[in-house]
Amino acid sequence: MMKDVVFRVGGEGGEGVISCGEILTLACARMGNEIYTFRSYPAEIKGGYAMYQLRTSTEILLSQGSSVDVQVCFNQEAYDRSIKDVRKEGGVVIYDSSSCTPSGTLPTHAYGVPASDLARLELRNYLTKNIIFLGVLSKLFGIDYPILETIIKQKLGKKGEAILNLNFQALKKGYQYVEQNIPKKDLYFVEKVPVQEQRVILSGNQALALGAIAAGCKFYAGYPITPATDIMELLARELPKQGGAVVQAEDEIAALSMVLGAAYTGAKAMTASSGPGISLMAELIGLAGMAELPAVIVDCQRAGPSTGMPTKTEQSDLNHAFYAGHGEAPRIVMALSSVEDAFYGIIRAFNFAVRCQVPVIVLSDQYLAQRTATIRRPDPSKLVIEERTKPTASDCENYKRFRLTESGVSPMAVPGEKGGVFTATGIEHDEGCELSYEPENHWRMTEKRFKKLQLVLKSPDIYRRHGVNDQEIGIIGWGSSEGVIREALSKANDRGIKVAAFHPRLLNPMLPEIGVFIRSCKKVIVPELNFTGQFAREIRARFGVDVVCFNKLAGLPFTPDEILKKIEEVHEQIVHHV
Amino acid sequence: MASETIPQPPGGAINIAPFKTDVHPVWCPGCGDFGVLTCIYRMLATKQLSPENIVIVSGIGCSSRLPAYVNAYGFHTVHGRVLPVATGVKTANPNLEVIAVGGDGDAYSIGAGHIPHAARRNIDVCYIVMDNEVYGLTKGQGSATAPVEMVKGTTPFGQLDDPLNPIAMAIAYDISFVARGYSGKPKELTELITQGVDHKGFALLEVISPCTTFHDTYKPVSQRIRFVDASHDPTDRLAAMKLALEKETIPIGVIYKNQRTSFSERIKTTQERSQAKGTPDFNKLLESFQ
Ligand SMILES: Cc1ncc(C[n+]2csc(CCOP(=O)(O)OP(=O)(O)O)c2C)c(N)n1
Ligand code: SF4
Repeated sequence: MMKDVVFRVGGEGGEGVISCGEILTLACARMGNEIYTFRSYPAEIKGGYAMYQLRTSTEILLSQGSSVDVQVCFNQEAYDRSIKDVRKEGGVVIYDSSSCTPSGTLPTHAYGVPASDLARLELRNYLTKNIIFLGVLSKLFGIDYPILETIIKQKLGKKGEAILNLNFQALKKGYQYVEQNIPKKDLYFVEKVPVQEQRVILSGNQALALGAIAAGCKFYAGYPITPATDIMELLARELPKQGGAVVQAEDEIAALSMVLGAAYTGAKAMTASSGPGISLMAELIGLAGMAELPAVIVDCQRAGPSTGMPTKTEQSDLNHAFYAGHGEAPRIVMALSSVEDAFYGIIRAFNFAVRCQVPVIVLSDQYLAQRTATIRRPDPSKLVIEERTKPTASDCENYKRFRLTESGVSPMAVPGEKGGVFTATGIEHDEGCELSYEPENHWRMTEKRFKKLQLVLKSPDIYRRHGVNDQEIGIIGWGSSEGVIREALSKANDRGIKVAAFHPRLLNPMLPEIGVFIRSCKKVIVPELNFTGQFAREIRARFGVDVVCFNKLAGLPFTPDEILKKIEEVHEQIVHHV
Repeated sequence: MASETIPQPPGGAINIAPFKTDVHPVWCPGCGDFGVLTCIYRMLATKQLSPENIVIVSGIGCSSRLPAYVNAYGFHTVHGRVLPVATGVKTANPNLEVIAVGGDGDAYSIGAGHIPHAARRNIDVCYIVMDNEVYGLTKGQGSATAPVEMVKGTTPFGQLDDPLNPIAMAIAYDISFVARGYSGKPKELTELITQGVDHKGFALLEVISPCTTFHDTYKPVSQRIRFVDASHDPTDRLAAMKLALEKETIPIGVIYKNQRTSFSERIKTTQERSQAKGTPDFNKLLESFQ
């Protein structure tokens, strides 16, 4: 039996593809398995091809997998689009035999289920098709039937008894259809395992929002945008309970303006958006740098410039995060690497923001934002939460908001505090907020504002290193590809290739450790989901060394096999001295 | 709301000195903004507010330099974003007295998109717009309120666009307190600013504040102003709109008023509603994701 299974459900948007995938995911997680999902759906609410992928296993999962083990096709389009991704040896395709005719080279196992006909003719409701397929999966792969019923009840209970019963019937219909018509021949099976430790099931966006709450975020302003909106939705429910506020701004300029206003009062404040919104924020990122305000700005990257491909993933906002805005304004740039890191990473972002009194731009992406995973349940009592440096009584005697200090950080007074009264401004100013265009002053204050960034370089958890220690090949990726890289790496290590990965979670200021790592390798591959090799360019500029760019621009994440292939290719080059 | 008040001399005279800073205004001699600043000092002194509980937020422009001249917390931001910044300040700390200031360019050109939303939210902020019909800081180009045909550097053959009517716009957006003041009438202006600050909700104070350097309108304005009749009922929206559309004279005073729930109150209600079942601790919240 194979207990590491990649399921994929494909069909028409609006046919319940996503909810079918979500219920399956929850069921596998509640059966005690690890889960790792991957979503891709059309921007339109109804219509267009929609896909949901779930990998589940009894072991820790690092990626969505390289190929599909079990493909469920709701219609012909899903079949035609996905059949090439299904594992040829031993793979399974389950298709709606009422609407879909299999063609081409089939995977080893093909099971037809007339789900549309069952839904339409026997249950008299076409929308039950996705639940029929869940029944099918339950019987074929051992997805726990009572658990499925419980989840369906939780999801549909509100819609009334009649709808709920109809869906229970659908579940049974699918189950029984397999029982009576399909002899199972494949080897996949989802096992029920005892749960060792307390875990939570979160999407990247949920983990991020919860992390923000844990960090003490009290103010959020945002303007809806895919794939960032669910951060705002969760915070809108939870922040008021914590005495905080969520404001739906009229645009992203207003959103970041509000965040800066809140930050100015000493509240921990955040906004989240995606490329188009982050583009609008550029001028205010400079103001935050100049007025030395702590603020967290999340960019759930999506694909392409302009409107691009809103529901697809990419890592192409790095340049913008590093350089957005005119003049030279300091900012910290971080990238989240997993669902778990979304929780702890955003806490780190708030800590860095208050520690350095700078904006922190946190790069996530559609792939991470919208996938779910099981993570160890965080223990809030173990979290380190930092607060702003407050002025002391002696600071207040002759308060200088931007007093020059060793670290560059000046004690920050906020409205309501006596003795701290000052006017913050984006105009160049001296220590005491007096406007000044003196050359020495501009130089000195710019130096002060940048010096603060050094304070984060020695923090824990700002990078990860994986693989062997005597590596020939190095991989430096960033953001959500960490797991995929790790999985590829361990396969390569198993094949005797000496490869290691350095995965920075802090991108700006750039970690000097990156340079050390590069010098310890014969060749370094920089995999990025962008066209121009944005991080590779930063590395070259900073360390004066060349790296091998490995770019993918498909709106989709890397798969472990793609990275593995690249490692092998570079390995060949080293072996043959090319 | 003052925690500790500024002592005032007896006998009705007010002492504005505690609200002054030693920063000397950059404004040109005669600039209308001086008058507005003095009226703000007088309002603060009369209301006996304490400096640490006041935040004056501004955008960019000559007029937006104002916060540095008042002994209070200030935030001089970027061009056009004074309202959303002020919204953030007030929402994050509703105990503060938040005053927004700036020019007509800041308010009605680059920042105009924020006005209807500040109005919808009814943010508890008094916004004092110093309207001089030009972009003073960038040397006098016509702004959104500039008269059509006005000849300036960027409109050598005359301003192409008709002027906006800010008061009519404010009434159309249902801003809950709308008034017009004139920097040349400091006594009345102080009173209007006081009312605007006292108003629970969004107050837009359109203040005619002439630019002596690029567009000196003192004379024509002084000739055309008139005080709003005591008989005007500012809660009558149609009557207010009629006043706003008046062409012959420039009505000065409170034009429109509509008392309704402010954003700060709404935020508070939201918090209370969300806490109806108690305030959850973080562990409980995590449990809901198991
Ligand atoms: C984004 C941006 N565009 C343009 C400018 C240049 N600028 C500075 S102030 C100003 C207009 C000022 O006019 P107003 O707001 O009416 O204020 P005033 O100077 O008349 O008091 C302009 C166009 C700027 N600072 N920022
Ligand atoms: S340019 Fe005009 S608006 Fe600016 S300070 Fe001078 S008089 Fe006032």
